[in-house]
Amino acid sequence: MTFVVILLYKGVIIPQRQLFRFLIIIIGLILLAAPILSADSLDVATDSVQDVAGQIITDSVETTTSTEEVAEDSGWGYRTERNNALFLMVLFSVVILVYTRWAKQGKELFLRKINGLDEVEEAVGRATEMGRPVLFVPGLQELDEIETIAAISILGRVARITARYDTPLMVPVRYPLVLAAGQEVVQQAYIEEGKPDAYNVDMVRYVAGEQFAFTATVNGYMMRERPATNIFMGAFFAESLLLAETGNAAGSIQIAGTAQPSQLPFFIAACDYTLMGEELYAASAYLSREPLLLGGLKGQDFIKILLIAAILIGVLIVSLDIEAIAELYKSLFVSV
Amino acid sequence: MSWVEIVQIWLVAFVTLSLFSFLYKDNPFYRLVEHIFAGLSAGYYVGLIYHSVILQTMIDPMFRNGEWWLIFPGILGALMFSRFSKNYGWISRISLAFVMGNTAGIFLLSELHGKVLPQVGATMRSLNPQHQADGWTGVLLSLLIVVGVVSTLIYFYFSKEHKGVLGGVAKVGIWFIMISFGAHFGYTVMARISLLIGRVQFLIFDFGNSIKELFG
Repeated sequence: MTFVVILLYKGVIIPQRQLFRFLIIIIGLILLAAPILSADSLDVATDSVQDVAGQIITDSVETTTSTEEVAEDSGWGYRTERNNALFLMVLFSVVILVYTRWAKQGKELFLRKINGLDEVEEAVGRATEMGRPVLFVPGLQELDEIETIAAISILGRVARITARYDTPLMVPVRYPLVLAAGQEVVQQAYIEEGKPDAYNVDMVRYVAGEQFAFTATVNGYMMRERPATNIFMGAFFAESLLLAETGNAAGSIQIAGTAQPSQLPFFIAACDYTLMGEELYAASAYLSREPLLLGGLKGQDFIKILLIAAILIGVLIVSLDIEAIAELYKSLFVSV
Repeated sequence: MSWVEIVQIWLVAFVTLSLFSFLYKDNPFYRLVEHIFAGLSAGYYVGLIYHSVILQTMIDPMFRNGEWWLIFPGILGALMFSRFSKNYGWISRISLAFVMGNTAGIFLLSELHGKVLPQVGATMRSLNPQHQADGWTGVLLSLLIVVGVVSTLIYFYFSKEHKGVLGGVAKVGIWFIMISFGAHFGYTVMARISLLIGRVQFLIFDFGNSIKELFG
């Protein structure tokens, strides 16, 4: 599937100019096919019961299908009970594609100021003035985590700035795949800035596979090399405060970003700027202002508004006790 | 207490105290332990990955169960070694593209299905006191959840400046976020303190007893 997507994107299967139309047709076909395929799901009764207070509860577990049948059906095949997810995924994809197209056509897309991200360039500038390095930690997860991919994407933007100012960059990583991806994006950034010779393969360095061995090494580096700027982006766990507090003690300007709710308070306490959750994913688009990424971000914003509307409508339906549609409406948001 | 145990305890105590010495400042003891730790973990992970990934999930299923299709992920993994070549290093990008593409695709559906849908569904709470077992208290709690979710979503809305009504709602959202962080902070600090207590107990009891054992 991935190969097909890559080939489509590269215009091997069909010309890139027609890709958008092709996608729209495919999405349209799926949308048309979904109700037909979901016909079976109408037979799967979703029992709704009323609790003591009379509130409607949709029990997604109680279906006419037995557990054994579900287990047998859980292999390959079309899962009709997940039509809601398919519908929303297609809807979200269409919204993002439309916004991306508008962005590519040059339509003005406004993004509000995100404080932490505005400071990235200034923080790298500070490191340049002080003649000290910039430390970028892309989290402690493998490349199969979306936070790591977001961090690698931000690393590309940061590397462009360090390349522009000839500022030393140090990127310690915990996994070999992150090492490879990190080296690729940093090298690309230096090439794009017209300074391929300034790129050094050791800028992105494998440190240790064990969480606290990695932390101990990075902490030691911070105290010995005293980087002027520390940027922590990606998935962090118990080491978040150890890293941020050491960086604080070393007198570095610190910008952190993670989607781990349990670690965000530590970054907020010990760093100068913190990107919370979604801001981490928005960072790449915000920093690069590339139409493709901007379109994606605007599309996500539109989806948020849709979700808010869906929640408020749902609250209204449930509160007013409109039984006829409450069950159907709530079943759209049941995860099976 | 045997001599072997005493040596083990002293070694662990030395490593623990060397790492704690970083609280004062960077020093040779910390550096020694840091390098041992990093080196050991790198070596350990090579062995671990060889056994748990290459042997257990590829070689064994291929030769014992005839799962020959595993050759394809194996080839993708082997392509990573092309990074050692200057001329053919680009080949490793195929594996990287595969991992990154797969991750994005899998997460799109798993996040939607596992988090977005259930959370949106769970937020649709009745604000009618007749539907709540606790009457108006239940309504208030439900209202808190609805307002919290909606205002937090508004905070993460990037397409408009946070001014006027939108700014006010976003401010409510940031209050909810900060209260949640405060709870997380307290909870995590408690867990860390229990870890510290474990280390201090080791130093006082195990290490202390070994000193008594040695010096009477």
